[in-house]
Amino acid sequence: MTHTGTADENERLLIRRIRNGTVIDHIDGGEALNVVKILGITGTTQEALSIATNVPSRDMGRKDIVKLTNRELSKEEVDRIALISPHATINIIRNFKVCEKKGVEIPNLIQGLVRCPNPGCISNTNEPIQSKFRVLPTGLHCHYCDWVITKDLTSYII
Amino acid sequence: MATRHIISIGDFNRSEIDRLLDHARQIDSKKYDRNALNGKILAALFFEPSTRTRMSFESAIARLGGTSLSVGSVDACSMAKGETLADTIRVVSGYADAIVIRHPKEGAARLAAEFATVPVINAGDGAGQHPSQTLLDLYTIRQSMPIDKIDVALIGDLRYGRTAHSLASALSLYNARLHTLSPTGLELPDTLVNELTSKGMEIVNHDSIEEMIGTIDVLYVTRMQRERFPDSASYFNVASSYRITPELLSGAKEHLIVLHPLPRVDEIDPRVDESPHARYFEQSKNGVPVRMAMLMDVMQ
Repeated sequence: MTHTGTADENERLLIRRIRNGTVIDHIDGGEALNVVKILGITGTTQEALSIATNVPSRDMGRKDIVKLTNRELSKEEVDRIALISPHATINIIRNFKVCEKKGVEIPNLIQGLVRCPNPGCISNTNEPIQSKFRVLPTGLHCHYCDWVITKDLTSYII
Repeated sequence: MATRHIISIGDFNRSEIDRLLDHARQIDSKKYDRNALNGKILAALFFEPSTRTRMSFESAIARLGGTSLSVGSVDACSMAKGETLADTIRVVSGYADAIVIRHPKEGAARLAAEFATVPVINAGDGAGQHPSQTLLDLYTIRQSMPIDKIDVALIGDLRYGRTAHSLASALSLYNARLHTLSPTGLELPDTLVNELTSKGMEIVNHDSIEEMIGTIDVLYVTRMQRERFPDSASYFNVASSYRITPELLSGAKEHLIVLHPLPRVDEIDPRVDESPHARYFEQSKNGVPVRMAMLMDVMQ
């Protein structure tokens, strides 16, 4: 007889528990790699990183999970995730226990995260500034040139 | 007290605009202190060609008792050596009491305001904002009629024309109805249209000047740049269908005014200059009292 297990058991098989660090759960299915990108995690990261995509979820149908060892995300980092996955939850793990659990809030302002799509914008030059966008219901508004990003946000992540 | 900058017309509310226009009218009727800015220095940083804007700012500071500094040609300044705008602004802040800047990059004036220790006035940044032009446009309209609930037509290059963008934004504060006519590909940007309509502004697109000429109060004409067209033939073809002539204006309301930020090329037949509808030279002249009011606003 083949043991298929529950969704939770399968998930455990996919990615192990971590002793210390951050678990980002309930990421919209397929967005995990963008979450990693938005957090600025690259191939040079020293700590172990686990990514599970399209994990079955009762509430969401499918979801992604990112586990990051030995790093606790700051509120600013966490809130950036809300731009692409507003339902994500953040669990801070210490000694295998969930010490903090929080949702993500869409920030009012994001700096240095997204490149302005307007080639004529001053933020796309060698000036000593970071890109800056106001987050409004109509989209992300460039602080410098007022260009509005309404879709494909992840393609503009720096 | 925080340094006051004038970067975008969007930074103003209606009462602030009205207050500035009232002040300009007072200046226009010669009721102002000719030494209001005595001893003050205005730095004119024009990284793009300008005749009217630059000269009217220089005239404005001179009429208030101040003086102006400029870099001469862009080729002769340190930007040509690769200096960042941020550094240029930091340096010039030490030489002047205010900076007026025109720059080819959008958002350059906002960047300048972040690095300046003196007030910055945006005199046009790329296809972005040109608030002093908008204020003098509104001033010129107000000389002829109350701005409230009027029908304003914008024609020409509405995609890259910064004066049209700024004016449209300002008119949304006055419950104006906007009529637009532009060649395919040079329409108002979608983001601006969405912003204006979300503020309750009605925008009507037209296929010809004739179909709207009898309903509008203000006809705002902008220059179409040849480089926006694939070849000269298509430019002349479009330009001729957008040309304002006395014959066309014969179907207009009596009080209609024709405005143009200038320079004009082929958009307005010179015969229109003698028409009572023509206000574009008056509009250009109004740049001085309006910019005097702006300088007093930020430098006093």
